[in-house]
Amino acid sequence: MDRIPAIELKNITKTFGKIVANHNVSLSVNRGEILAILGENGSGKTTLMNMISGIYFPDSGHILIDGEEVVIKSPKDSFDYGVGMIHQHFKLVDVLSAAENIVLGLKGKYNLKEASAEVSRIASQYGFEIDPAKKIYEMSVSEKQTVEIIKVLYRGADILILDEPTAVLTPQETSKLFAILRRMRDDGKAIVIITHKLHEVLSLSDRVAVLRKGEYICTLETKDATEASLTEAMVGKKVALNIDRAEPKDPEDRLVIKDLDCVNREGAKVLDDVTFTARSGEILGIAGIAGSGQRELLEAIAGLQHVQSGEIVYNDPKTGKVENLRDKTPMQIRQLGVRLSFVPEDRLGMGLVGNMDIIDNMMLRSYRKGKSAFLQRKEPRDLANEIIKSLEVVTPSASTPVRRLSGGNVQKVLVGREIASTPTVLMAAYPVRGLDINSSYMIYNLLNQQKENGVAVIFVGEDLDVLLELCDRILVIGSGKVTGLVNARTATKEEIGLLMTKSSAENEEGGANNE
Amino acid sequence: MNKTAAAKEKKTREPLFHIVKKSGIVWWKAWLIRIAAVIAALMVVAVITLVMTGQNPLEMYKAMLDGAVGNSTRTWNLLQDTALLLLVALAVTPAFKMRFWNIGAQGQVLAGVLATTACLRYFTDKLPTPLLFVVMILCAILAGAVWAVIPSIFKAYLNTNETLFTLMMNYIAINLVAFFCFRWSKNSGNDVIGLINRKSKVGWLPEIGGNKFLLIVLTVAVLTVVSFIYLKYSKHGYELSVVGESENTARYIGINVKSVVIRTVILSGAICGLAGFLLVSGVHHTMTTEVEGGRGFTAIIVSWMAHFNPFYMILTSFLIVFMEKGAIQVASSKNLQLDDNFSSIVIGIIILFIIGCEFFINYKIKFKSKNKEEEALKQ
Amino acid sequence: MIIDKILYILANAVNNGMPVLFGSTGEIMTEKSGHLNLGIPGIMAVGGISGVVTAFFYQQVEGRSKFLMILLPLLATLLGSLVMGLIYCFLTVTLRANQNVTGLALTTFGIGIGNFFGASIIKLSHSSLTSVRIDETSKLFKATLPFAKKLGAFGQLFFSYRFLVYLGIIIAVVCAYILKRTRVGLHLRAVGENPATADAAGINVNRYKYVSTCVGSMIAGLGGLFYCIDKNGWSNDNIGPLGWLAIALVIFAMWRPNLAIFGSILFGLLLNLYDLIPALDLNIKFPHGYDKLFKMVPYIVTVIVLIITSARKKRENQPPASLGLNYFREDR
Repeated sequence: MDRIPAIELKNITKTFGKIVANHNVSLSVNRGEILAILGENGSGKTTLMNMISGIYFPDSGHILIDGEEVVIKSPKDSFDYGVGMIHQHFKLVDVLSAAENIVLGLKGKYNLKEASAEVSRIASQYGFEIDPAKKIYEMSVSEKQTVEIIKVLYRGADILILDEPTAVLTPQETSKLFAILRRMRDDGKAIVIITHKLHEVLSLSDRVAVLRKGEYICTLETKDATEASLTEAMVGKKVALNIDRAEPKDPEDRLVIKDLDCVNREGAKVLDDVTFTARSGEILGIAGIAGSGQRELLEAIAGLQHVQSGEIVYNDPKTGKVENLRDKTPMQIRQLGVRLSFVPEDRLGMGLVGNMDIIDNMMLRSYRKGKSAFLQRKEPRDLANEIIKSLEVVTPSASTPVRRLSGGNVQKVLVGREIASTPTVLMAAYPVRGLDINSSYMIYNLLNQQKENGVAVIFVGEDLDVLLELCDRILVIGSGKVTGLVNARTATKEEIGLLMTKSSAENEEGGANNE
Repeated sequence: MNKTAAAKEKKTREPLFHIVKKSGIVWWKAWLIRIAAVIAALMVVAVITLVMTGQNPLEMYKAMLDGAVGNSTRTWNLLQDTALLLLVALAVTPAFKMRFWNIGAQGQVLAGVLATTACLRYFTDKLPTPLLFVVMILCAILAGAVWAVIPSIFKAYLNTNETLFTLMMNYIAINLVAFFCFRWSKNSGNDVIGLINRKSKVGWLPEIGGNKFLLIVLTVAVLTVVSFIYLKYSKHGYELSVVGESENTARYIGINVKSVVIRTVILSGAICGLAGFLLVSGVHHTMTTEVEGGRGFTAIIVSWMAHFNPFYMILTSFLIVFMEKGAIQVASSKNLQLDDNFSSIVIGIIILFIIGCEFFINYKIKFKSKNKEEEALKQ
Repeated sequence: MIIDKILYILANAVNNGMPVLFGSTGEIMTEKSGHLNLGIPGIMAVGGISGVVTAFFYQQVEGRSKFLMILLPLLATLLGSLVMGLIYCFLTVTLRANQNVTGLALTTFGIGIGNFFGASIIKLSHSSLTSVRIDETSKLFKATLPFAKKLGAFGQLFFSYRFLVYLGIIIAVVCAYILKRTRVGLHLRAVGENPATADAAGINVNRYKYVSTCVGSMIAGLGGLFYCIDKNGWSNDNIGPLGWLAIALVIFAMWRPNLAIFGSILFGLLLNLYDLIPALDLNIKFPHGYDKLFKMVPYIVTVIVLIITSARKKRENQPPASLGLNYFREDR
């Protein structure tokens, strides 16, 4: 078709320091079309779209809207061109009603009744269900999303960008949203949906653009695409990383998870009958799309997350005792003599205290030692200095607040501390996120050392290449369910990529391909 | 990401400068800024005094110095009042470090005052003096702790706003004290209790070497050191800092946040109660609604200005009491005979300047010239 | 006559509660922007003393006009409390100082100013008068509609107050309307609840904070003036407790100016209930001194309301979510 595209991107490049987020990306979306942008976490999808919505400004390249080159410097500029982006994190005021949120920040006459009527009109036009008078805090996640979408429609947007809109939705809510998006497409709007879920691409989009590690790979007509071809485009050829991997020595079952169920604050099920075993002397990888229940799983094991049902059984290597850790507090777990270390995803918000120095952060795990009412700073200081030396932490001194360190050094401090308590189980969530190559390899080596020391290591990762080279076995979870357990030495990226989207695919609306 | 959107949007409109948090500042620079703020405040005070009274600023500073340390009684008075203010500041500090905004020190001190007075009233004849002191101190500490623990329990379990709750507790305490002033007054009608045990001086804090101020000053000096050690070197102190910095981290390492909150606030209240005891037994030997003297609020400012460090608090509380005493002297000097409250104005100005100067310690103003890349990187 | 007694008590309660209502309405507007301004007692003191001093001097002017006798103190009060509000905003918004500390410092400062000038203005102005009394001005302020009495109970109930009472109620109603029904109110609520979201929606957060805090201070300052008019001059150390009571009323009214009107009447009643008991001819006798216990009641009631609202967790009745927290965009 040779009509003029609603948005056309030409050779867009965007770098943050040394990191190239987007390199020479070109793509376009037409009116009356749904374009899916597909890619793994960190492939640059969101950065690319943020340049259209005025949050970032490209280093080079051109943005054309309706065939004319535009300069988008702010969200307002973007809005004036009729672009509305629905971010993953909603920007809503809880105590205000839907209608109040929708008109927030607008100028002109203030008439909530008229606004509500207009909201209802938009809602009925596209099939949204919304009560304009309902307060945001009373709403489910999907209702909040509805408010966000109507907010941009109310302001007259006809190019909609949705950043992973289904990440927070149930399958039923997802199919409702898709029906609405199709109606909007048929109404002549241009729609871009950012996703990494293959079945969504196949069931919803007209065309699909694939990004991988910031590079534009290709654009396919959805009708010509298959899960296999998309997976291949998305994950690419296997890259050799040369991470050392030893054979596990005498693996024993260390941590046995049985039928774990867990519900989040909104009441949605985030873990669904999760069962697996972590063995000593082995690295168990956990792969899955972000937000599939990885965080809740680790926090449940660490005693930070209440569990609905199921068991977390720990086999003590020294005494041979069997303990059920379910619903025990972190304190109780410690008192049982379970040496469980946990490198959480949120390093400065949970694992460390940003305003305290390295020494005091070392103490977080060990300060209770001894009967004295006073702190022993000698051991933590020695430990801090040792970690600074052995892990090459770049810091003025051991008494520098950790918030002043760079991301990689913060992570070294955290991992160093967690390893220092000679754990029997070590859980690490995205331990190399945001780290440069050297620091990443240092972390891999540390995990490998722990494995060789007989520790049961659980590694939650996002880079499939790393998972495949570092781990012994990989547990794949999708939407809170275990969708597969593979041998990391023999599995392929495509295999894991398919498993990652499997569970939700099964729940997806029937006849995925037929639209 | 939402905020970066707004940030960028804003920058296109307001390209002049933006404000960045300093990653750290050399300690002497920070103190230089603070000293400059105090000097600037003193200059403003001088101008105001000049305009209002026509007094030569130099003369005024001389009078101030005279009022604060002019003779040994004044000096001892200065030290005693510094000690009492410091004590209340020490009390509120652990709670503040935990980000529990206890602004109810006034009420907690008054609870201690009330308990001490009650003991003096009812037990003077019934207990031997040493035991009377023990009972007074324990009751005062208990009363202060109870007054503090009520809001903290509701904070821990219902997340009731502690700032507002403790504020209300102040006025409940004040009116309770006022009520008992009436009940215990000698001749009903004037609500004045008068000096308790005026002749026998039973229950009056003993003098050391003929100096009635020394014991209070020494007690507070010891407690300052103890507080410093508690905050910096004890496990409790460490736990409350972790809770204050990040509740998530506290939970992650297995700290029971509720119990730490309640425990720390009890400690705060207990020290306030002790201050109440000292005020009655060591200073006023009577009870009025005024004995607390506004220290509860001033102490918050003292603690905050000292960044919750007990040793710095010696400095900040000394500064405030010094200015207070000096300003009273200036205002009430023979040729002026103005109101004592002049001191509140002087202190207010100095505090406002010190509060304001923290900005220049924590932030720097960057004029807009750097390219956008750097910002994008930061975000 | 029982109806007369009730009317008398009510009128008394309205007058006693009015300074609290002004303070409370002002503080509600301030808190809605996310500012917990603990400087309200100081601001009310400065507002009061500004009006008193102005009235005191203008009263001594030859050929004074009645109109200016009312206008000048009013303007002085507004100006004095505006300056206090500006100091608060400059420190907390521009210089990012801690709100609690700044507020408490302003209270010390403001009450100091009130007490100092209240006691020393005669000396400072070398006046020949012996006390700072503003009877002439306050008489004007206290004037009521002449025909109110003739209208019987109804007239007494609604028309027998001085004009500042109506002003206080009108301001509270207008503020309630602004908060609930206008775009400015919507934006203000958004700023106090979630400044980051308001910012992203294109609302100038700092401007809203400045304006609402300054306007709130000016309203609160009128409360100080009202009290001084009532006492025909400055009265040491009484405005402070009223200021804290105003903050209590904010909680009691659950951040709604319209509820604060009724709350202020209730608080006014409780404040003076003890003094009113003899007038009631009830056969209950409280000895002198029990007035202190009566004065405690508003605070206890407020604590109970605070606990109940936090236990019920109903979002509408909670303090604004970002209350007491400063907002800096660059912090994110």
